[in-house]
Amino acid sequence: MNPAVELKNIEKRFGKTEIIRGVSLDVRAGERHAVIGPNGAGKSTLFNLVSGRLVPSAGSILLRGENITGLRPFEINRRGLSRSFQVTNIFPRLSVWENVRCAVLWSKGYKYSFWRNVDKLEDVRARTQEILDQINMADRAEIPAGVLTYAEQRALEIGITIAGGADIILLDEPTAGMSRSETERAVALIRKVSEGRTLIIIEHDMGVVFDLADRISVLVYGQIIATDEPPKIKANQKVQEAYLGAAGHD
Amino acid sequence: MSGTIRSYGVWILAAVLLLILPYIFPAGASITTMCLIGIMIIFALSYNMLLGQTGMLSFGHAVYYGLAAFVTAHTMNWVAKNGIAIPLPLIPVFGAIAGLFFGILFGSVSTKRGGTAFAMISLGLAELVYSSSLILRSFFGGEEGISTDRTKLLRLFGYNFGPQIQVYYLIAAWCLLCVILMYAITRTPFGRMCNAVRENPERVEFVGYNPQFVRFIAFSLAGLFAGVAGSLAAINIELSQASFVGAAQSGAVLLAAYIGGVAFFVGPILGAILVTLLSIKLSDFSEIWVLYFGILFITIILFAPYGLSGLLMMHAQFWRGPIGSRITRLLKLFGAYIVALIPVLIMLAGAILLIEMIHHVAQKSAEGANMHFLRRNYLTVNTHTILPWLGGLAAMIGGFFAFRFTWPTVASAWHNALVDAQRSGK
Repeated sequence: MNPAVELKNIEKRFGKTEIIRGVSLDVRAGERHAVIGPNGAGKSTLFNLVSGRLVPSAGSILLRGENITGLRPFEINRRGLSRSFQVTNIFPRLSVWENVRCAVLWSKGYKYSFWRNVDKLEDVRARTQEILDQINMADRAEIPAGVLTYAEQRALEIGITIAGGADIILLDEPTAGMSRSETERAVALIRKVSEGRTLIIIEHDMGVVFDLADRISVLVYGQIIATDEPPKIKANQKVQEAYLGAAGHD
Repeated sequence: MSGTIRSYGVWILAAVLLLILPYIFPAGASITTMCLIGIMIIFALSYNMLLGQTGMLSFGHAVYYGLAAFVTAHTMNWVAKNGIAIPLPLIPVFGAIAGLFFGILFGSVSTKRGGTAFAMISLGLAELVYSSSLILRSFFGGEEGISTDRTKLLRLFGYNFGPQIQVYYLIAAWCLLCVILMYAITRTPFGRMCNAVRENPERVEFVGYNPQFVRFIAFSLAGLFAGVAGSLAAINIELSQASFVGAAQSGAVLLAAYIGGVAFFVGPILGAILVTLLSIKLSDFSEIWVLYFGILFITIILFAPYGLSGLLMMHAQFWRGPIGSRITRLLKLFGAYIVALIPVLIMLAGAILLIEMIHHVAQKSAEGANMHFLRRNYLTVNTHTILPWLGGLAAMIGGFFAFRFTWPTVASAWHNALVDAQRSGK
């Protein structure tokens, strides 16, 4: 069986600055895979490459065996890969309901149709409601997304990411900036929505990472120094030197 | 179900209103004005498909309006000459096709980018088309333009569309049809994605949509409806001229949309009505009416960025609770407005008097010292005496401070209405 996502010798340079320096990685279908590493290691750049926001300088990216290198973000999204953003990236003046519905429409096959009443699409309505229930925001449906609290916006960000039914989900620091209790709720939500899908998550909170991940990859200065199960990562000498030692256990 | 009835009710009401308007305002000049308003409503709403719905600031929307007007004039002449059985009411279909065609043609280039790049490209295309209108004489007809005769086409039920009232109903019918269609488009999957592209084009790419293609469709459809408007304009004055594709026409539609407010569907309709009325009526009062028009635009941008419709919609929050309390609540608020409006009017009168006197002294000193304020003979002012200058200054400054004095009344009335509305909403 093909890996869900496969990176082959990916490099990314901005001018002379090398951010990603030859990354190869297999993410198995159905696993929860965390990417950790110190600030500036290139984690978000890696996500931008996989999701099509950036094009690699060298190497190739395969989605279930299909080469997607150089495809535009919407083309990759239509192939079943969806991502969230580290800095909340929503539609601020649209209601929560509209935010989620926009992310549902393509997956239901309505494309650019300008001859159908969007409010009468029962499958879209049902799916939107389902997502709002999942992220516990059904009672906030009519509120403009821009006035939600930070934690609510982060939840909505996840809702938009999963609404299209993608089976490969990339979450970029979903709990950043959250309080302890908010983080717990977010982790429960992530666990719920990633059920039966492939999850790749960037996360700084080691509690969250070791709680959630089936496997962990450690990215340091644009290279993956280890990919393994959580206990083995903890015990890995190189990881301790390069990352955990420097950041301290938390 | 009740929602359905209500939404159809609005259109039925609009249709009835369009039918009876000529009986309420039967004067020839009024009919002519209403024709221009109807055309401007279509044009402004088509512009708002770009600006308000999709977040695309175009400086060249008149290109599609104007080119469709020329295609219309040529089509009418060709139809009349060859005796083809196409009646006048169907001619705007050709305008729509022309607008759509040029929308697709120029849109395929300009919608690749959003934001500032799109705005600059639209400006460049507008200049390109306007300058070619002076070169391609056979199509644009040079300085005289292309004239046509709307009465020479196939007659339907004996209507020859000579009288302006018949043209009014032609425009009204097309206006209503276009408004309904443009409203319906906002309620479709495509219409919603337009809003999403306006809000955050980057995120749109990550939910499966190509924002460039959304912009391209929006642009093409806006071209189609602008084409209907331009076509009706050519029918209305039986002439199409280079100014139809010009910067002034593109500017007028931007002003109409902005003054009415781009955030609400009705905004550009209100803006089209106001801008058309002002551009016709203001010149009765002043030679330099364009200046006041500009001041109005700046005032709206500064103090009411959501336009007239935005100001109106701010009052929607007071419309709750029992009907009687709604009305008394709004009446109290409007009472406070009037208290504040009086000093504003005094301030404006003073300012306008000063502006007009400066204009008179600077530009028309040859006509002597006497000026007819607001072009009224009974308001003759001697600009060579000190009194009107002092009076204008006093009214302007006094009005300003009186307004500052009355403003707290408005603020507290607003606060009271809000508290009252929230209480009755519970």
